[in-house]
Amino acid sequence: MSPSSLLFTSSPHIHAGDSIPRIMHTVILALMPATLMSVLIFGWPALLILVITTATAMLTEYLMMKIRNRPSPLGDMSAALTGILLALTLPPHTPWWVCVVGGVFAILLGKFVYGGLGFNMFNPALIARVFLLISFPVELTSWPQPTGLFGQQALSFMDSLSLITTGHLASGKLADAISAATPLGQYHVVVGMGKTVHEALGGDYAFSYISAFTGFINGSLGETSAIALALGGVYLIRKRIISWHIPVSMFAGILIPATIFWILNGSKYPDPLFHLLTGGLILGAFFMATDMVTSPVTPLGQIIFGAGCGLLTYIIRTWGGYPEGVSFAIVIMNATVPLLDQYTHPVVYGKAKKNV
Amino acid sequence: MIEAVLSMGGLALAAGLGLGFAAKKFHVEGNPQVDNLTALLPATNCGNCGFPGCRPYAEAIAEQGETNIGLCAPGGVEVMEKIAALLGVEPVEMEVDTGPKVAFVREEDCIGCTACIKVCPVDAIIGANKQSHTVVAEMCTACKACIEPCPVDCIEMVAVPTTVYSWTWNKPEVLH
Amino acid sequence: MGIVASVLKKFHGGVHPPGHKDLSEHCAIEPMPLPKRLVVPFHQHLGAPSEPVVKVGDTVFKGDLLGGAAGGISATVHAPTSGTIVAIEEHVVGHPSGLTMLCAIIEPDGKDQWNPQLKGVDNPLSLEPVAVRDLVKNAGVVGLGGATFPSFVKLSPPRDKVVDLLLINAVECEPYLTCDARLMEERPKDVIEGIRIMLHALQTKECVIGIEDNKPKAIAAMQNAVAAEASQSAAAIRVVVLPVMYPQGSEKQLIEVVTGRQVPSRKLPIDIGVIVHNVATAVAVRDAVCFGHPLVSRIVTVTGKGINRPANIEVLIGTQVDDIIAHCGGLKPDIHKVVMGGPMMGLALHQTNVPVVKGCSGILALTRGESSEKPEHSCIRCGSCVNACPIQLVPCSMAWFAKTEQLDQLSKADLFDCIECGSCAYVCPANVPLVHYFRYGKLALQSKDREEKKRELTIQRSKLREERLAREKEEKERKKEEMKAKMAAKKKSGKEADKQNPAAESGNEAQA
Repeated sequence: MSPSSLLFTSSPHIHAGDSIPRIMHTVILALMPATLMSVLIFGWPALLILVITTATAMLTEYLMMKIRNRPSPLGDMSAALTGILLALTLPPHTPWWVCVVGGVFAILLGKFVYGGLGFNMFNPALIARVFLLISFPVELTSWPQPTGLFGQQALSFMDSLSLITTGHLASGKLADAISAATPLGQYHVVVGMGKTVHEALGGDYAFSYISAFTGFINGSLGETSAIALALGGVYLIRKRIISWHIPVSMFAGILIPATIFWILNGSKYPDPLFHLLTGGLILGAFFMATDMVTSPVTPLGQIIFGAGCGLLTYIIRTWGGYPEGVSFAIVIMNATVPLLDQYTHPVVYGKAKKNV
Repeated sequence: MIEAVLSMGGLALAAGLGLGFAAKKFHVEGNPQVDNLTALLPATNCGNCGFPGCRPYAEAIAEQGETNIGLCAPGGVEVMEKIAALLGVEPVEMEVDTGPKVAFVREEDCIGCTACIKVCPVDAIIGANKQSHTVVAEMCTACKACIEPCPVDCIEMVAVPTTVYSWTWNKPEVLH
Repeated sequence: MGIVASVLKKFHGGVHPPGHKDLSEHCAIEPMPLPKRLVVPFHQHLGAPSEPVVKVGDTVFKGDLLGGAAGGISATVHAPTSGTIVAIEEHVVGHPSGLTMLCAIIEPDGKDQWNPQLKGVDNPLSLEPVAVRDLVKNAGVVGLGGATFPSFVKLSPPRDKVVDLLLINAVECEPYLTCDARLMEERPKDVIEGIRIMLHALQTKECVIGIEDNKPKAIAAMQNAVAAEASQSAAAIRVVVLPVMYPQGSEKQLIEVVTGRQVPSRKLPIDIGVIVHNVATAVAVRDAVCFGHPLVSRIVTVTGKGINRPANIEVLIGTQVDDIIAHCGGLKPDIHKVVMGGPMMGLALHQTNVPVVKGCSGILALTRGESSEKPEHSCIRCGSCVNACPIQLVPCSMAWFAKTEQLDQLSKADLFDCIECGSCAYVCPANVPLVHYFRYGKLALQSKDREEKKRELTIQRSKLREERLAREKEEKERKKEEMKAKMAAKKKSGKEADKQNPAAESGNEAQA
């Protein structure tokens, strides 16, 4: 056997077969229930936003990879995942150009300026959403009622296309979609005026836990359906793509203070179930905070990280200027990851105190 | 929407124009030879040449009278010859780094004069008057101090061979 | 039960690579015909290389000493068959560098005749424990699991240490390998005999044989053998069946599973009262003591989808891999890698004209499909490696330190606790060659250390030289002074004598 025909590498010589594309595919698959629900709940505009955002993200990735001379520019599908995640955090009638700006921002400034996948400090989709929220507050906080894909109020495809691209319906009329605050927004504004939680969510607003569970409430595209998101999250844990540490600690981080304050003063602080089912908590806990690149690698670090995300979300929701704080909380906690990783090293074999 | 696009686009345009204008307006005319030399050097800025980087070395050659064009170890003979061609000077002898070396006494030629023993700064050469000397390889620092004094030129620098005991793993090469 | 935990413990992390033991587990151990040439390296063990005691042209019997142990941790090397030493030269060996090592080349005479003077001990258990150790030492027995640590060291614990448990490592957690399993199936009595001798040498009463549950036949054979002779001795030998988990066959992990205790970092198993020996080593100890036979052969699993006829072969040390491959029907055309050892920790060979050594448990012919090398992607910090590491290191950050040459950080991250089991690299979705980075880092740190030491030595030596020069100068000055004084005195006292004896002065001068 001549030396050149045998490959020499360091051990191990076998591999489990996991790959980054496989991880990305699995996460995208896990997002499918929530994505489908978003189209069912919000109709054609949701699909258009998803397509525009994802396509922009992938195109940006493609160009960047070409510039950097990398083969198979879209091979790992991470840009597609970022695009879908970003779309799911946008309001149902977000104009096309906001989607485009968001998609470009996520990939270009959220990822490539740091050196590409693996080097970014912040979750690209979330940093783009935060950027959009600060830059275009009006577009990012208008919440039309869910009209469904097939219902009577549902917009036709042409109307949807026109609405997203021009801001009015195909007939030239302005869309007469009824806008209303999200449950968290309603709570934020009304309780902020000194009224009780009951007054805010009851009465005309008529908040329903069942709707929040299935997803037929106001909110961003992919955040409303608790059941669809939970389904995807459990799938990810079962597939061992994510571990339980971050979701569980994030839920604990928000539900524990929520329970305490609710017991102390139920008229001012809503119950923990409300916090769990509304806003982007479940989307954030299963899909955003668990982003591998921007979360700690050590189990203890993940628990602290998750708890921090949950706690910050509760603080922002309850006392902050914005009604919803999941994005901000996760982005802030992203910044602590290097520190968390450094100080939460597991105890190495043979170095436990009982051994010394 | 239009306002947003216009304002952001305008801002970007203004900044871009400003930068472009500044680059032209405040452009400092460099010695073209420096640019030519810099282009030949490997741009690693490794500092092996004794200058803080590739451009400083180029400046030293072009402007400060540095005459040794063979200081760029990473570029090797190839780069040195290109520089020689560019400047129209003779190529110089270059020491190619081939790993660690030690002094070695060809014992059959050694006359036992102890000249090398006297100059060795770490007493790494052993031997007595009129007896062949030898270099203790583990102690030799490859300073070459012993080469000059030898009257019969029997000391040379030899490469330390890599064995299974001194071999080290290379760093994995990142392929994309 | 003492030190053995009543319930099996778990070690952190670990992976479940597919076993592929079905390729060769049904193949009975077969002898291999004498090859034309044997290449016996003088350094096949952990510790100092052995020193050649034969010269070219010598004829040797099987079992004759070729290399003597040098220093405290070293091992002897013996002639694997009878024949002539035709050369003692540098020959390429199984080493990641692909470089050569001093080897004795033997041309067999075909008789394969043991040295008639080699005699065994009839009743090993009546020997002094120290005598057992010497027999094992002189037979060149080393750990056959792959670490090749000289076995006699682990049979002679320091006086102040008590050995509570002899742990026999029959885990064979590396995929593909079946040599230990076959050995237990076919020669369980030999194993038990070896264990009895080891227990006697260690003066220990308890022994656990750890076997993974993917080897039911080996487990049954060992259990029968244990039961058959349980009444003969006071010491208790038990077979403990372990669930499959890689790297359970690593000494530290096996100890943790069986005893629930961890070996403190930078300490040895003996420090917590445990001694671990490989199951094949037990048989080698038996052969050394009962027959006086040095370690000159071992069982090698030849397997992988790239070999035509997988087998378990008893091979003479020094047999070249080429000859073994030919004996097993040759390689298939889509061969990708030939590995010495298991697929997780084994050594890929640059070329196949290298000899089998004492630590070589397998020859793996891997096809492209079995071992695919994909390009490294940048780490996405998924944490799979953190979850897989049995030592609880953070491999991804260590690889980053190695990549960016932050060697101090690397050693602070407990690099030297890494056992190079490969679990991290096995699971890494980004195909980062983590173990390669750690090996690079370890050797880079060690050579940095060596350089540092050399620098210190240099400084020290140049200082000594300066002192010596200063002293010599002083001495010279002093002598000069003395001479001057003498001269002056002479001049004073000898002004009259001067005229009478002028030659004295010049003679003195010449001497100075």
